[in-house]
Amino acid sequence: MNEKKRGPVLTGAHYLDGDHACAEGAIAAGCRFMAGYPITPSTEVAERLAERFPKIGGTFIQMEDELGSIAAVLGAAWAGARAMTVTSGPGFSLMMENIGLGVMTETPCVVVNVQRGGPSTGLPTLTGQQDMMQARWGSHGDYEIIALSPSSPQECFDLTIACFNLSEKYRVPVMFMMDECVGHMTEKVVVPPADKIDAWPRRWYRGPRDKYLPYEPDKDGVPPMIRAGDDHRVHISGLTHDQRGYPIINAECQQLCVSRLADKIRDNADDLMMIREEQLRGADVVVVAYGISSRVATKAIADARKKGIKVGFLRLITVWPFPEKKIRDLAGKVGCLVMPEINLGQMYREMERAAAGRCRTMLVPHCGGWVHNPDDILKAIIEGSK
Amino acid sequence: MKYWRKPLDADRRKAPHGNVHVIFERCKGCGFCIAYCPRQVLEVSTEYNRKGYHPPVVAHPEKCVNCRLCEALCPEFAIWNTLDEQDAQSEPGTINENR
Amino acid sequence: MNPNQLVIGRGTADAHPMEDFLRMDRMPHIWCSTCGLGTCLTAFIAAARESAIPREDIVVVSGIGCTGRAAGYLKYDSFHTTHGRAIPFATGLKIANPRLKVCIISGDGDLVSIGGNHLIHAARRNMDLTVICVNNFNYAMTGGQAGPTTPQTAQATTTPYGAFERPFNIPFLVDSCGATYVARWTALHVRQLTISIKEALLHRGFSFIEVISPCPTVYGRRNRLGSGLDLMKFYHDHSITKNFASTRECDIRYQQDIIVGKFVQKEEPTYLDSMNEQMKKALGAKFVPYIGPMDPAKDV
Repeated sequence: MNEKKRGPVLTGAHYLDGDHACAEGAIAAGCRFMAGYPITPSTEVAERLAERFPKIGGTFIQMEDELGSIAAVLGAAWAGARAMTVTSGPGFSLMMENIGLGVMTETPCVVVNVQRGGPSTGLPTLTGQQDMMQARWGSHGDYEIIALSPSSPQECFDLTIACFNLSEKYRVPVMFMMDECVGHMTEKVVVPPADKIDAWPRRWYRGPRDKYLPYEPDKDGVPPMIRAGDDHRVHISGLTHDQRGYPIINAECQQLCVSRLADKIRDNADDLMMIREEQLRGADVVVVAYGISSRVATKAIADARKKGIKVGFLRLITVWPFPEKKIRDLAGKVGCLVMPEINLGQMYREMERAAAGRCRTMLVPHCGGWVHNPDDILKAIIEGSK
Repeated sequence: MKYWRKPLDADRRKAPHGNVHVIFERCKGCGFCIAYCPRQVLEVSTEYNRKGYHPPVVAHPEKCVNCRLCEALCPEFAIWNTLDEQDAQSEPGTINENR
Repeated sequence: MNPNQLVIGRGTADAHPMEDFLRMDRMPHIWCSTCGLGTCLTAFIAAARESAIPREDIVVVSGIGCTGRAAGYLKYDSFHTTHGRAIPFATGLKIANPRLKVCIISGDGDLVSIGGNHLIHAARRNMDLTVICVNNFNYAMTGGQAGPTTPQTAQATTTPYGAFERPFNIPFLVDSCGATYVARWTALHVRQLTISIKEALLHRGFSFIEVISPCPTVYGRRNRLGSGLDLMKFYHDHSITKNFASTRECDIRYQQDIIVGKFVQKEEPTYLDSMNEQMKKALGAKFVPYIGPMDPAKDV
């Protein structure tokens, strides 16, 4: 059956890799615009959408570079499309400029980063989790961001939808922090029926046309949005702006503008926090992990439990904002928090900060190129349980 | 500026007459309108406006033919023309057989 | 068209005819006295009204710099983006809603230097955009640094001993990349500029207009060229109109004659034409043309 009869959503069980599952998740979420530039190991997402979109009424453009890709995505979002781009480390670096514009202009969109080893060109075909802090702090200036991290192709599908939903609800570019292993891992992915997919609408402004103020927030701190071409005559600027969107270059306006951009995420952190807990009660050691590292950790945790160690497992799906409250709470109850990650300590430092000395914290670092040996994590768990 | 030739029907054509409007405080004194007015309607004022510029003054209002070049050139949206009401009834540029 | 027949809207005794199309609550604008940018805005508004394109369909996108502020003064849906990225942002707007008439107004540094890659690719794609590139020969917002258009021997703050790099001939650049409408005027050629902008707005495909505009405060002052009025007088005396001149010959040399005119006007398939045609050919009945942006009435 072709797409015209079946509809765009590939309902059913499929054998997909994470990149393709991400593309299908975007389609299921209602994304019909993608701008991208080829980069390993993310290209498969672009390739699949380039193939799928013309059959389901979407549009794909291969831009001249990642600077242009993210700019086109922001433009498309303001035209009223659900839009995304996909890249990996080097392209992610180039996108930082307009991710900042997306934050400042509160533009809903999704940026997928299938992480590889860095710095620079690094390991194009091998895995890494080294862009976690870049996702948070990469663009200049002060802001808060939302980032999710999947650990399986099924999650690549499900969480891509979640990324779009959060970007629409909070009007912020959402970073989807995949990694090469998850992107190229092929597993069963179950796509639900189209009517069971929970895609949230954009926060459309529905008041009188001439009363619209682009940056007058609702109660939760997020302003409703319009689309270009509907005669609202808005001005949208990357400069510090007031509620009308007009540039105002002074400290007072900066205070109002920037604090709201941060607060709309900070104040709603509980609402968008996604974590998975396993046997935390009574645990001596808790492994905190995300992405592919969390899959590897399960082996080490199982081995440790066989040795009789009381190990809990906290898997982060929402990585930004960081689940501070949860970590602080745990730190008061357990002896040690262990974090394996494929970098030299990025989210670990955040965990250490949140734990605030209330328990020991241990990093299991890895420079990238491959996942941890579970035995290294096991050693840390044993060390932490002493 | 001078015509390079006198149009053959110049004596039979009725030139429209325009009114010049200047927002004194909006002007930044670039002088474009004064320099390029084909009929030398405008002159530099001796007064300063609040910004410290010398806006144009309409020295020869009777000469304005409503060409609106001052309006098109002004970078500050501070000067414009309207067609004189007496002329508004007849299309500008129509042939005036009575003259 | 006879320039005198332009109907650019009429003012009243109390209101300037452009006031409905400008964000008057933001006036006065930040541009210096005798800068040509305000004149360019007037030409744009006049052309947009003349074109009879519905006002809500026109979207203005700017980058960064003096000209980058243009979007903020025009009372259309307008976007002030990052440095150099006006064209890809506009590309996204246009593809996501092909009904829109997306117009980029930005400076030479923004479009040709930091945004140069986007410019040539938009021209190559014949993306249906209108680009108005206001060229003042330097980076004025930051105080008069040399740019990709600064003529050789001219003074700029970063070329204290005179510029020596070869500047871009922008009409030649975009022409060679495939732009299907190319013109150049100065800020003094208000009638011709208005007509060109109108033609560009109604043109299908990538249209590009370079506007030579006086920068009295930095470029003019540093090179002792006098006020903006003196620069306008220079344009008056040294502009040579050559419609359909070979763009190859349109180099600008320091304080020498400037060739102006409409250089290129041709019909070729736009990006969207080519895409749709190829998809139809390849996919036949399976091709579903782009469904357009989300509809706020249905997205609940």
